[in-house]
Amino acid sequence: MTVTARPGDPVITPALVAEHGLTTGEYDRLVAMLDRTPTFTELGIVSALWSEHCSYKHSRPLLKTLPTKAPYVLQGPGENAGVIAIGDGLAVAFKIESHNHPSAVEPYQGAATGVGGILRDVFTMGARPIALLNSLRFGSLDSARVRYLFAGCVKGIGDYGNCVGIPTVAGEVVFDPAYEGNPLVNAMCVGLLKEEELMLAVAQGVGNPIIAVGARTGRDGIHGASFASEDLSEASEAKRPRVQVGDPFTEKLLLEASLELIHSGHIVAIQDMGAAGLVSSSAEMAARGDVGVVIDTLKVPAREEGMTPYELLLSESQERMLVVAKVGHADHVRAILEKWDLTAAVIGEVIAEPVYRVTEGERVVAEFPGIRLVTDCPMYEPDARESDDIRTRREQDVDAIAERKEEADPVWTLTELLGSPTIASKRWVFQQYDHTVRTSTVVGPGGDAAVVRIRGTDKAIALKTDCNGRYTYLDPREGARIAVAEAARNVACAGGRPKAITNNLNFGNPKRPEVYFQLREAVAGMGEACLALGTPVTGGNVSLYNENPTGAVYPTPVVGMVGLVESLRHITRSAFSTDGDAIVLLGNNTSEIGGSEYLQRIHDVVAGHPPRCDLEAECALIDALLDAIAEGAVRSAHDCADGGLAVALAECVMMERGQQLGADIDLSAWSSLPTRALLFGEAQARVVVSTPDAAAVLATARRNGVPAAVIGTVRSTSESLNITIGTSRISAKVGTLANAYHDAIPNIMLRSASQLDVALASNAVA
Amino acid sequence: MKFGIITFPGSNCDYDAYRAVVEAIGQEAVYLWHKDHDLQGSEVIVLPGGFSYGDYLRAGAIARFSPIMREVVAHAGRGAPVVAICNGFQIACEAGLLPGALLRNESLKFVCAPIGLRVENTSTLFTNGYHENQVITLPIAHGDGRYSADDETLDRLEGEGQVAFRYVPNRNRPGDSCNPNGSMRDIAGIVNEGGNVLGMMPHPERAVDPLLGAPDGLPLFESILHRVHA
Repeated sequence: MTVTARPGDPVITPALVAEHGLTTGEYDRLVAMLDRTPTFTELGIVSALWSEHCSYKHSRPLLKTLPTKAPYVLQGPGENAGVIAIGDGLAVAFKIESHNHPSAVEPYQGAATGVGGILRDVFTMGARPIALLNSLRFGSLDSARVRYLFAGCVKGIGDYGNCVGIPTVAGEVVFDPAYEGNPLVNAMCVGLLKEEELMLAVAQGVGNPIIAVGARTGRDGIHGASFASEDLSEASEAKRPRVQVGDPFTEKLLLEASLELIHSGHIVAIQDMGAAGLVSSSAEMAARGDVGVVIDTLKVPAREEGMTPYELLLSESQERMLVVAKVGHADHVRAILEKWDLTAAVIGEVIAEPVYRVTEGERVVAEFPGIRLVTDCPMYEPDARESDDIRTRREQDVDAIAERKEEADPVWTLTELLGSPTIASKRWVFQQYDHTVRTSTVVGPGGDAAVVRIRGTDKAIALKTDCNGRYTYLDPREGARIAVAEAARNVACAGGRPKAITNNLNFGNPKRPEVYFQLREAVAGMGEACLALGTPVTGGNVSLYNENPTGAVYPTPVVGMVGLVESLRHITRSAFSTDGDAIVLLGNNTSEIGGSEYLQRIHDVVAGHPPRCDLEAECALIDALLDAIAEGAVRSAHDCADGGLAVALAECVMMERGQQLGADIDLSAWSSLPTRALLFGEAQARVVVSTPDAAAVLATARRNGVPAAVIGTVRSTSESLNITIGTSRISAKVGTLANAYHDAIPNIMLRSASQLDVALASNAVA
Repeated sequence: MKFGIITFPGSNCDYDAYRAVVEAIGQEAVYLWHKDHDLQGSEVIVLPGGFSYGDYLRAGAIARFSPIMREVVAHAGRGAPVVAICNGFQIACEAGLLPGALLRNESLKFVCAPIGLRVENTSTLFTNGYHENQVITLPIAHGDGRYSADDETLDRLEGEGQVAFRYVPNRNRPGDSCNPNGSMRDIAGIVNEGGNVLGMMPHPERAVDPLLGAPDGLPLFESILHRVHA
C-alpha cells in the first residue's frame, strides 16, 4: 500500500535524523530497506527500535556467547522473561531490568516504573509474581544530591511493590563515587506458574485481533528508550518529561486481569508495552511469530485529544498490555477487562501479508517489509582496548600500602568497615518494603539470600542479586566470574541449589574502546562462571551509556540468581543462633587485599588484582555446603564477601539487632598471613558455618575436597567477638560493632534530613 | 464457620487472610467481590489489607462507598463479627464502623517490621485466646497507621476496654522504638462499642505458620471460633 506523509508532519532532514539518534549509516540502511524516504512516523519507529535499549546493537553478538541451556530451562533469552521448571509441574519465571537513566533525573517515578515494568514482564508469561528484588548503586552518601536520589528510589520501589502487594525480599545497595550522577536501579521479579500455563509473546493466526488493554495512552515517556541509549549530561534534566509516571493500583488490576485472560484461553499472546511502547511490543510479537500486523492508531484509547500516530506509537505510558486474541474472542477479552475496570480496544490484526503497517484511519502512515524492522537492525562490534590507567591500577603493589596508625587496633578498622554504607545494615531501606505480604517469605532481606516457599510443596526458592563493580572495574573478566560465583554461594548458604541467572549488564558508552573491552571481557567471564556452576542465563537486560560528564560508572554486570531449596528443612539462615555451636570456615584464607572494601574505605585506594575466582573451588564449596545442610549438620551459613572474614564473623553475631551473641575465634593457623589480609581480605570461595556437629561438617567438606577448619565457638554469655591470631588477641564489644553496623545509614539519612529538603526544593525548581 | 474475605480491586492481603482461615484454623472462606451485594452467608467478615482503590485520595475514603460495604455495615449492625486489618482498619474507620482515623506514619515512611504488641483486653471476641497482658509479635506493613482520635474518644476507648492491642517494646529488641507510626497512646488495635468489630494495623493473618516465625496471630482467629461456637 502507498505510504503518505501526514499533513503537518516535519520534513525529514539530516538534522531531524540526527535528533532521532540515527547515524548516517543507519539512516542509509533505513532508506535502503524502504527504497524511499521514510515518513516522520517511520523515522520515529526506527529511532526507537534501533535504539540501544531495544536493539542490543552493541551487545547482542556478545550475549550470544552466553550459555543458555539446561534440561530444566523452559524458556531462555528472547522472551519477556526466562522460565525454569522446579518440579511438581511448577515453574518460575524471572527477569531483571534496569531503570537507570529515568532514576537519575526523577528517582521516585524512575525507580517505581522500573518495578512496574519488570512485574509486567513476568506476569505476561502467565506467572503470578511472588517476589521482587533490586540491585541499587549510588554515589557517596556525603552528597546531598545522592541522598535525594537514594531516598527517592527507595521510596519509589517501595510504594510501587507495596501497593501491588508483591514482597520485596532481597537486594543490594552499594555506594561508590563511581556512580555519582548516574545511579543504577535494577529491579528483578520472580513469578510462579504451572508449566502448562506458560504463555509466550508470539503473534500468530491470520485474522486474530490485536487488542490494547490497560491504561490509556498519553504523551508521557515518548522516546524513553532513546533517552536510555545516550550518555547523561546536564541537558538530561530537561528530558525529565521522558520519564514515565507509574500507577501501581492500575498495575494491580492489570496483573489480575492479565492472569485471568491468560487462563481464560481467549488469547494467544500478550506482551507488555514497555520501552518504545506500542511499536516495540507489536513489532516484536510480529517478528517472533514471523507474521504481518496492521495497527490503526485512531483506535488506540488515548488520554488526550489530537495525539499523532508518532506519539501513540512511541508513548511509554505505563500499565498497558498488547494482546493477540483468538478470532471472535474479543468480546470475552473485553468482559474480563471490564470486570477490573480497565479498557480493551481492538486496534489491529494479524495479517497474511508480510508487512508491519500502521494506519491512521484510511491513511497508511508507516509500512515496513516483513519483519526486517526488527531483524535488519545494525549490529556493531566496535574496537576493544583496555584502559592503560586501569591496567596500571590493577598492577599496583597494594601490599606495599602502609597501614594507617589507627590500624594498630584492628577493632578500629573493623568498626570503620561495618560503618561503611556499602557494608552496613540496609534495614533503613528494606523496612520501607513490604517483605511479608503473601505469607511465603521464610527468609527476608538482610541475610545472604532470600527464601520464598512454594505453597503446596515442600520446596522453596532462594534468590539473590550480586555484583562487585570495583572488582569488575579492575578486572572485568574476573569481576563478572565473581559476581556469578558469589550469587551462587549466597543462594547455597540459604540452602538452595543454584539453578539459573538473569543478568543486567550496566556499562558505559560502548563506542569507547575501553568500555567495549569491559563489556566483552565481563560477558566472557560471566559465561565461564555460568558454565562451570551450571547456571545458564535465561534472559536479562543491557544498559549502556551509563556515563555522566565525569566518566563511566564501574562496569556492573549484576547477576540475579535463582536457586531451588529441595526441602523446607534445608532453609538456612546467616546469623549464629545457638550457644556452644562450633564455627567452621569452609574454604581457605589468602593474602589478597586487592580491590577490597578495606582498601577503599580505609585507604581510599581502588587498585590491585581483585581476589582470584577459582570456579572449581566454588563448585566444590557449594556441593559441600549443600551436602552438609542436607545432612542436617548446618545451623547457619554466611558468605565471606565485602570486608572479609572479620566482617562476616561480626555480621554473624549481630546481624539481628537485639539477638546479639558473642564468639571466640582462633585464626592462629593463618598467623603467617598479614593480619589485615586475614581479617579484611576478600578471598573468594569461603563460607562461615555454625554447627552442633563440627565433625560431620568437616567430613563432608573433606569428601568434597573443600578445605575446612573449626575456627571457634558461639557464645551466648559473652558480649564480645574475640579473635586470637597466634600471640595477638583482638576483642571487640558486640554492642559497639552492632551500633556501627545498624546505625550508619539511619544516622546519615536523619542528619541530612534538612539538607535533603534543600535538594528536593532545588530539584523542583530545575 | 464461614469467613467472607472482602476483595477490593487493590486488596492484596485477601489471599493471606483466606489462607489463614482455611489452613490455620480449618474453616471455610469465600472471597466477596467489592461490586457484589451478597455476603453469601458469611458469619465473619474480614476486611483485608492492601490499597482498596489505590488510596491516592485517602486510605479507605473511596472503599466505604463500594456496594459490598453497605452489606458489611449492615452485618456489623447486626452485631456479627468483622475483622478489619491494616487497610481494612482504615476502611472501617472511614465507614464509621470504628471511631478515629489513621494518619500518615509520623516518619512519613512505609514501615515493614515485626513489632511487639501487648494484648490489652483478653475478654473480647477476638482476643479471648490470649492471656492477660500477653506480649506478642506480629508483622506490620503500612504507611498510614498513626491512629488518631480526640481525647474524649481515646478516654472512652480506654475506659470501656476497647483498646485491644498496644505497641510495646519488643522483649527481644530493647531500645528499639516501640511505636512504629506515632499512633496516639500507642494504640495498635481497637474494638467498637459492641465488641464485634476489630480494627488493627498489625497483620495477624501473616503470623499463623511457625515456618514464618512466631504464630502469634493464630490465637486471634481461634478466639473468634471459640467464642462464636461457645
